Amino acid sequence: MTATATTPSTNRHGDEPLLSVRDLRVTFTRQGEEPFTAVDGVSFDVRPGQTVGLVGESGCGKSVTSLAIMGLLPRRGNRVEGTATFDGTDLLRLGSSEMRDRRGRDIAMIFQDPLSSLNPVVPVGLQVTEVLERHRKMSRKAATPLARDLLKRVGIPDPDRRLKDYPHQMSGGMRQRALIAMALACAPRLLIADEPTTALDVTIQAQILSLLKELVQETGTALVMITHDLGVVAGLCDEVNVLYGGRIVERGGRHELFGQPRHPYTNGLLASIPRLDAERAPLTPIPGSVSDNLPWTSACAFAPRCSQPVDVCTQRTPQLEESGSRALRCFNPVGGPR
Amino acid sequence: MARFIIRRLLQMVGVVFVLSLLLFFWLRSLPGGTVSAILGERATPETRAALTKALGLDEPIWVQYWKFLTRALRGEFGVSTGVLPGTDAMTIFLDRLPATIELSFLALLIAVVLAIPLGYVSARRANSPLDSGLVVVSLVGVAVPVFFLAFLLKYQLSVEHNWFPVSGRQDNIGCTRVTNFFVLDGLLTREFDCSASALKHLVLPSVALATIPFAVIYRITRASVLDVLGEDYVRTAESKGLNARVIRGRHVLRNALLPVVTTIGLQTGGLLAGAVLTEQVFNFGGIGNALAVAFQRRDYPVLEVLILAAAAIYVIINLLVDIAYAVIDPRVRTR
Repeated sequence: MTATATTPSTNRHGDEPLLSVRDLRVTFTRQGEEPFTAVDGVSFDVRPGQTVGLVGESGCGKSVTSLAIMGLLPRRGNRVEGTATFDGTDLLRLGSSEMRDRRGRDIAMIFQDPLSSLNPVVPVGLQVTEVLERHRKMSRKAATPLARDLLKRVGIPDPDRRLKDYPHQMSGGMRQRALIAMALACAPRLLIADEPTTALDVTIQAQILSLLKELVQETGTALVMITHDLGVVAGLCDEVNVLYGGRIVERGGRHELFGQPRHPYTNGLLASIPRLDAERAPLTPIPGSVSDNLPWTSACAFAPRCSQPVDVCTQRTPQLEESGSRALRCFNPVGGPR
Repeated sequence: MARFIIRRLLQMVGVVFVLSLLLFFWLRSLPGGTVSAILGERATPETRAALTKALGLDEPIWVQYWKFLTRALRGEFGVSTGVLPGTDAMTIFLDRLPATIELSFLALLIAVVLAIPLGYVSARRANSPLDSGLVVVSLVGVAVPVFFLAFLLKYQLSVEHNWFPVSGRQDNIGCTRVTNFFVLDGLLTREFDCSASALKHLVLPSVALATIPFAVIYRITRASVLDVLGEDYVRTAESKGLNARVIRGRHVLRNALLPVVTTIGLQTGGLLAGAVLTEQVFNFGGIGNALAVAFQRRDYPVLEVLILAAAAIYVIINLLVDIAYAVIDPRVRTR
């Protein structure tokens, strides 16, 4: 955490990407079943100090993307292609022990359900210190005061007592804070948060999000935020990637994307959020579900659910076309062609 | 914790009391009876009446039970009438107990030491040839009757090849007795050949006795590890980059072994049943042997002490299992 811990926003766009994912493709191959491509050529960059969102419905491939980068997919039954370059090294080519050295130290992850993500029979304190013992080569005794400080930093009151507590003795919000403390223990340069607030009450969600925002700004950690909740994206992300059917369909800065959604799917996602300032406007859900998808190989997967499909949508594959900071995969974008 | 243990001990008193009632009346409702067993079929009514009176079997059954109960509370179960006539039943039990404990302990040790690692490996490589092979072996282990396996082992390895002794607990080489645990005695008195001989005699019976607990513990371990491997907290542990050893011990096994501990407890109770058969085949001279003989000869005092002791042991083991559970599972302990 030296050169990379620069202040964000000023020179961010001049920095080399910390993580550069290119053409990531994850195919699940189970015996006796058709291979299923969950992630289909996903590319994105994360710069130091930047927060990048991966947004989409369940099954769009966002979690699989993060697990593939972390090397946490099951050892058998899947094929991972493409590259994920972190600090000059392709993580996808690393051996399992080299990846083990980096996980928890350079790249850490926060999971969705804080209760099931914590080991029920190990005290929370030990679940924090074990990261320090492993990567900082500290004794448990030396790591304990650090773990205490970490719990304090993520806003857990009475951290000395909480170190000895088991997960079931904590509230949901406190468990998620503890998970964040574990992820931040070794001051990783990249943090991947997979729906970190989904399992929490709304008031707690807001607390956890502002905590994450604060910590990321304080430490200059880059954050990949995986969520289906556009509210989370609006409050946190610098750049947003919208995924559909395993591919990125639209990318843009937070303000551009929310101000001027171009892909009908993004537009649909935004229209399906209840708004306080338009009381009488009915909610507009996106019809259908991901099971209606067409194969990307000869069509746009979203076409059957699209609000404004044209003939070509079911005949050819739309390509991701970049223009400046935005990218779009659509034949008939909202607001017409540029 | 103390309250929990006291409550369980009181429950145990209740269990043993109810069992004493059932046992007492059940034994006396069996056809035959002590008098016929001792005197045979052709005894005259006069001799039968005399013996019945001498044994106190002519009194009303409730009076008999009251006498039995009050004496049993002091640890007196009366004098054996069939296994070793004239010897105190409690003495017979205490003499025989070490043999059965030695046998059961070794059997359980074999079962646990093999079943837990193999169960873990099986789950880690679920559906591999190794896993499928082990599952079949464990199925055979449960399916083969204990006494059949005992006979098979004895015939193949003792009679045919003479690798192991055919029966008994030790060769007659003049060993000093201290605790009646023969292996332990040899170590205490530095008569190491005595320990070796006792161990050699233990191998086949304990292997035969270990098969069912092995198979059951293996299956439970495998299923439990498979469950835990799919848990989110194992993925969290992986995401921290922890060593494989820490993940295996602290995150997988510490959770996966909870149901296994319960199973081990239940199997320990079940060992007594298996010991009766195994001890018969190898003429091992433990409680199992005594129980079989006592049944044939309607030796009420010996039967009563053996069965009540077995029940008490079973309940105590279950208490120990519950305590062990509370020690390893904080969700039970801190509520």
